[in-house]
Amino acid sequence: MIELNPMVIFIAAIFTNNMILSNFLGMCSFVAVSKEINTSLGLGQAVTFVLAGTSIINYLVYHYILVPFNLEFLRFIIFIISIAAFVQLIEMIMEKYIPNLYYALGIFLPLITVNCAILGVSLFMIIREYSFLQSFAFAVGSGIGWTMAIVALAGIRQRLKRATVPKGLEGPGITLIVTGLMAMAFIGFSGIVQIQ
Amino acid sequence: MNTIIISTASITIITALFAVLLTIADRTIGYYGEVKLTINEEKEYTVEGGSSLLSTLIGEKIFIPSACGGKGTCGYCKVQIHDGGGPVLATELPFLTQEEMDDHVRLSCQCKVKQDIKIEIPEYLFNVKEFEATVESIEVLTDTIKKFRFKLPEGEEISFKPGQYVQLKAPLYEGNDEEVYRAYSIASSPTDKTHLELVIGFIPEGIATTYVHHHLEEGDKVTINGPFGDFYYQDTDAEMIMVATGTGVAPILSLLNYMKDNDIKRKARFYFGAKTPDDLFMLDYFKHLEETLYDFKFVPTLSRIKDDDESWTGEKGRVNNAIDKLLEENENQEGYLCGNEAMIDSVVKSLTKKGVKEEKIYYDKF
Repeated sequence: MIELNPMVIFIAAIFTNNMILSNFLGMCSFVAVSKEINTSLGLGQAVTFVLAGTSIINYLVYHYILVPFNLEFLRFIIFIISIAAFVQLIEMIMEKYIPNLYYALGIFLPLITVNCAILGVSLFMIIREYSFLQSFAFAVGSGIGWTMAIVALAGIRQRLKRATVPKGLEGPGITLIVTGLMAMAFIGFSGIVQIQ
Repeated sequence: MNTIIISTASITIITALFAVLLTIADRTIGYYGEVKLTINEEKEYTVEGGSSLLSTLIGEKIFIPSACGGKGTCGYCKVQIHDGGGPVLATELPFLTQEEMDDHVRLSCQCKVKQDIKIEIPEYLFNVKEFEATVESIEVLTDTIKKFRFKLPEGEEISFKPGQYVQLKAPLYEGNDEEVYRAYSIASSPTDKTHLELVIGFIPEGIATTYVHHHLEEGDKVTINGPFGDFYYQDTDAEMIMVATGTGVAPILSLLNYMKDNDIKRKARFYFGAKTPDDLFMLDYFKHLEETLYDFKFVPTLSRIKDDDESWTGEKGRVNNAIDKLLEENENQEGYLCGNEAMIDSVVKSLTKKGVKEEKIYYDKF
């Protein structure tokens, strides 16, 4: 494995290895919460924040608890537990100190727990054997990339409201087609860097 | 073997750590201290912050109607919050109209008490109490409908207007893992303040109806709170047209019992709609009321009876057909309707055609 600069990973996670558009992870909230730019931006921020936090926790738990005891196979369970606990904690902190954002995100905040992009990032950083800095850069980059993609989609969907869409394709149908087109457009970035 | 023990132990330890962390966070970050709750600008309570407005109010013995038990799915627990409620949440939006939002109406189960809060609730809710009532008797009325008579605890009384309803709590039982409250109209007369009668139909897989029909026995205790509702007897001299189907008979019974107990001299007609003769009940009692009340006529009408069926001498067709046929045009009439939505909508149409003013038609849809 070539030692990649964390900055390179950061850029790659945003553009060439975008969580949604090249891995199709986190599709559920991507389709469900992309009706308005404001809420999708809020959700994107929350996802980025949770990604940054959980990548640190999961990195430490994996390398300092699971690896020494040869328990790597438990990572799925442990990662999900730590993500759930972290989201709970964030929820309490946000409710008390930034109530406006808390209310804006509403139900979406607890739903981040089951956003597979979050688990995906934690697993990718283990599989690709990233160092601590690389993991963190990858997580933040993925979060920003996810936010960018969902905000872009929300912008497109706001415009689509005024377009005449064939009856059978209304709602999630046309959204998935748009996502596919966006994914193809993002292939254009793939010449910049590759981190697979 | 070792791996199993180590992995179990490590999962346990890690989850325990997170649990401890979250508990500490809940005690520190999630602690809001004491806040002041002001109701209708007159009553002030000092309460512990952090839980929903609905459960805070229940803690102060103020019962807001709520069928789902605070999960934000029934939309009954609306209150006006003038100050300190925070913005409207996405979970409330489906239950609120634009008008209600302009009036600062919120779902009290979704709104958390975190700071000093000022709310407004209808005055009658202060009258709502909770009781541990005992089942005194159960009477089978039809295949699916039973009448339950409850005795309130010694020394406690309920005062209600005829037509109002109470909520009955369905506790956890085998096959049910959630506590819910369900609303049932009172069938007994308000003159007897120590007993309540409810007429409850069985709904397959209904949480509360399964409980009362299959688990409740004489001598059992149930939790009831009430009274609620704005469907009740109006003290006027207008002629009363009562219409009910199924268990909607309950509030009508309460009205009639009230009139009997107080010897009220008003003209009253009761149209009882059902499908087949088996769905009718308490016919003898209504006959008895026809004889004792001042001017009361009981009109049972069946919708699923063959035209050539000789054994049935009452009305045929739906209740609104019977009203179209029998009711005289008169402005000085009041409608009291209780039953399903379709019945009420069609009866309201029939009544307005006969000159009954729409604001004089009172109904309870379920």
